[in-house]
Amino acid sequence: MVEASTIHVLHEKLVTGEITSVELTKKYLAHKDAVEPRVQAFLSDNREYALEAAAAVDKKIAAGESISDLAGIPGAIKDNICIKGQNATCASRMLENFKSPYNATVIEKLMNADYVSLGKTNMDEFAMGSSTENSAFQITHNPWNLDCVPGGSSGGSAAAVASGEAVWALGSDTGGSIRQPASYCGLVGMKPTYGLISRYGLIAFASSLDQIGPITTDVTDCAIVLNAIAGHDSKDSTSIVQEKKDYKKALVNDVRGLKIGIPEEYFAEGLDSECRKALEEAIDTYKKLGAEIISLKMPHMKYGLAAYYIIAPAEASSNLARFDGVGFGLRIPGTDIVDMYKKTRSAGFGAEVKRRILLGTYVLSSGYYDAYYLRAMKVRTLVKSDYDEALKQVDVLLTPTVPDTAFKIGQNTDDPLAMYLGDICTVTLNLTGLPGMNICCGYKDGLPIGMQLIAKALDEETLLRAAYTFEQNRTDLKKQPPMREVEL
Amino acid sequence: MKISAEEIKKIALLSRLEIQDNQIDSVGKQLNDILTYMDLISQVDISDVEPTGHAVSMRNVMREDVPQPSLANEKALQNAPEQENGYFKVPKVIQD
Amino acid sequence: MKYESVIGLEVHCELKTKTKIFCGCSTEFGAEPNTHVCPVCLGLPGVLPVLNKEVLHFAIKAGLALHCDILPYSKFDRKNYYYPDLPKNFQTSQYDLPICLNGHVDIEVGGETRRIRLTRIHMEEDAGKLVHNGASIDTSDTTYVDYNRTGVPLLEIVSEPDIRSGEEAKAYLEKLRSILQYLDVSDCRMEEGSMRCDANISVRPVGTAELGTKAELKNINSFSGVQKGIEFEAVRQAELIEDGGTVIQETRGWDENKEITVTQRVKEGTNDYRFFPEPDLIPIEVSPEWIEEIRKEIPEMPDARCKRFTEELGLPEYDANLLTLDKQTADYFEAVVAAGIDVKTASNWMQGEFAKQLNAAGLTADKAPVAPNALAELLELISKGTISGKIAKSVLPEMWQSGKAAAEVVKEKGLVQISDTGALEEIIKTIIASNPQSVADYKAGKKKAIGFLVGQVMKQTKGRANPGAVNELLIKNLEA
Ligand SMILES: [Mg+2]
Ligand SMILES: [Zn+2]
Repeated sequence: MVEASTIHVLHEKLVTGEITSVELTKKYLAHKDAVEPRVQAFLSDNREYALEAAAAVDKKIAAGESISDLAGIPGAIKDNICIKGQNATCASRMLENFKSPYNATVIEKLMNADYVSLGKTNMDEFAMGSSTENSAFQITHNPWNLDCVPGGSSGGSAAAVASGEAVWALGSDTGGSIRQPASYCGLVGMKPTYGLISRYGLIAFASSLDQIGPITTDVTDCAIVLNAIAGHDSKDSTSIVQEKKDYKKALVNDVRGLKIGIPEEYFAEGLDSECRKALEEAIDTYKKLGAEIISLKMPHMKYGLAAYYIIAPAEASSNLARFDGVGFGLRIPGTDIVDMYKKTRSAGFGAEVKRRILLGTYVLSSGYYDAYYLRAMKVRTLVKSDYDEALKQVDVLLTPTVPDTAFKIGQNTDDPLAMYLGDICTVTLNLTGLPGMNICCGYKDGLPIGMQLIAKALDEETLLRAAYTFEQNRTDLKKQPPMREVEL
Repeated sequence: MKISAEEIKKIALLSRLEIQDNQIDSVGKQLNDILTYMDLISQVDISDVEPTGHAVSMRNVMREDVPQPSLANEKALQNAPEQENGYFKVPKVIQD
Repeated sequence: MKYESVIGLEVHCELKTKTKIFCGCSTEFGAEPNTHVCPVCLGLPGVLPVLNKEVLHFAIKAGLALHCDILPYSKFDRKNYYYPDLPKNFQTSQYDLPICLNGHVDIEVGGETRRIRLTRIHMEEDAGKLVHNGASIDTSDTTYVDYNRTGVPLLEIVSEPDIRSGEEAKAYLEKLRSILQYLDVSDCRMEEGSMRCDANISVRPVGTAELGTKAELKNINSFSGVQKGIEFEAVRQAELIEDGGTVIQETRGWDENKEITVTQRVKEGTNDYRFFPEPDLIPIEVSPEWIEEIRKEIPEMPDARCKRFTEELGLPEYDANLLTLDKQTADYFEAVVAAGIDVKTASNWMQGEFAKQLNAAGLTADKAPVAPNALAELLELISKGTISGKIAKSVLPEMWQSGKAAAEVVKEKGLVQISDTGALEEIIKTIIASNPQSVADYKAGKKKAIGFLVGQVMKQTKGRANPGAVNELLIKNLEA
């Protein structure tokens, strides 16, 4: 049943003995086998490990040991996160046969929580894209409408959760890659504060922007996954040191007195009218629940996307230089080393990745550094100060996540700039490091509409509180794609 | 055009990517569209603005000088496309 | 026309940390290929660097000793270029905000002190090692790559173009080595590659200020190579200009065997490193308190020590210079003097027999099997007259080999000097009796003849006779 497919409900069933983790995992695998041919969310199948991990959890339960909230509940991991002994392809020919000899820190943390993963999920190659159409291996379909994209780059993770193939998933977000697919798939997706989740073992796209985060059905599940993966890591120099929090404590159904800012610039032209209506309704909901709504101006927002599409490719051009056929990954033989490099990289990378490498190389090259890269870093400062100012006045900002609902597969593939423009509402949080999350706020033609909530750095609690209150009070927003229902 | 064919060839070499002559126009057009959009930031007054390179304002994250185990040679070479005698093996090395 | 050289040096020194700059792999030299590597230094997908604190500590220490400004705010940058010894195809280095700026090194050449200014010192990671299958990189079909050196911490020390000759360049490098060794931050062994040097060299007519086109000289792996390479290059460039040619900006390699420089590659416009701030490492802020703490760790530097050796110990400047070149030698020398040995005697022995043993064994003074007090005991035996200086020279190697004390060796080998007048008188009488010609010569006024007779006595006693006593007794007997 739809209701059953959340972590917190299933956890109750596990601890009360209503179902075992192995039974649960098998049911999910059966459902996955049934719908995966239509959705194509996964790049690898990890059922043997999953059943092994599930059996270990059952053993713990049988022995009367307490288990974590996430223990034994089938999830999925984006294929740019390294798991020891498993493939980490980044949906690229370049890494088709790469096996990681080490675990990402989030995986170590999930292991401590006795996680079960059914496999690695599809994505835009090296997380570059907004539709998952840039995968070298397959196109993932939106479970709400199979003709539509699930969003990207964590489209496989979002589709896996929306289709009910997995209860939860990890994604990564460099410019909206968790929040946008969550929006297109009617899910909760959070990009935590930069530095809250270790990036060690996340195959880098743009190091100063990347952040791992949860994609779940509801806000409670989001808090549970966040609890499992958050925390300082000495292997990541940008990891923030702070005391461990229990994010479940933030799940409070009350926004009275909460100041919610509405930045004017996010509601400018370009925002679909039905999406606007849904967002206005959401604002209304908050008002009725006792929140204070404040209109704001953030004058530098309109420059955010341009700055982002300079900084992200610049870092990517350097991060992806290591894929050269020498130490790991694809090699296409050449007459000499330079020839081998060129052949390997030309064959191993898809068009979008190459485009961004070229773009990034250009904006860093001598003569252009100051006009593009350095200027973009200064714009980044201005965007940051806009947010600092805004978040001095309010606790949370409410914006669209994407200007519209999911688009048709193939619709934007020939127009990279049009594709980039879809990221306009999400990228500034990556530039500033601020936490943001998507939550469904309506539907248009059978597709979910998302809204984005934004809070101060390390204030995920306020984000969760605002989202949770909304979720608890808008029971009209509980639609699910039909294929999602798992009989338990 | 903001970017010339010569510049495209130069950045292709710098990034070790092959671009066929017949692709230069289409690649150039896409990059040009994107760069034209980027020009938006040339309107921003950035005088006296310091650049931001990091989303976090931390300083001095360091580790102690204490050895940690390394990988065994086989593990280190596990993903190597070509190896010999414990080394990674590459074709003839030339300068560009 | 007369030309002068304008030379700037870029020196890379490996820091003596236990682990690499951004990961916990060992920096130890000489391991099997690709065994001191981990996901981080192999640049595997997903890994992140974390700075080794000791690297920053050593960099600041070196900067202070080299009279640099330590920047309160510093950061790392990526230098992007493709080469198979660089697993990530970028080198993490420092670009516009290096840890140190504006230092200097004073050198002594031809009795004159010259100040060589330093532009900057920065921290960076070393690259791996390429092993070629053929005779050289150009003739090899394939190449092996060993990443053990990848990520070993380096200090890059860049001088201003203040150096004017190969001799000065050599003196500068020796001084730099001496300082870094004193600080115990680097071994600076050029032959082992823990100190490497690239020289930028141009020439110009004496008296002109404009700089000529420079060539970059690489592949130099000895101090003498630096001097010879620069001297060769200066002559080559001057002759080229004299013959109406022009110097082109290029990289040239020093061929140690042929003692010439050869073209390596012409620098193209495509060399564009696209430096940008390393997003995976966060900036460094060095507090004034930490700087002061590190300043206290700096030992007496070679210049100060040399001055003290001349002024307080009364050593000739030549001796003081030689003895303070490396810290281990200077420490050893001071320990011998502290054991009560005359300063000049100790100095002579350090430069003579002791240095001979040390060089033969390829050791630094602190590793010598004969400790300072053991050497002092040996020298004590000379001053007490137990053995002669000449005998002592044969005792030292014995001590070196066996580890025995000087007195023990002397006793075992029966090397005690014969100073006993009775025993010597007997021998002298027989020598006088069997050498009438020399005796006659002496008595005829050829005082030099006594030398022959002394020699005969020494021969008879296998060198053990006290030469002073022999001389005295001979004169007494001859003139009696
Ligand atoms: Mg360097
Ligand atoms: Zn390592």
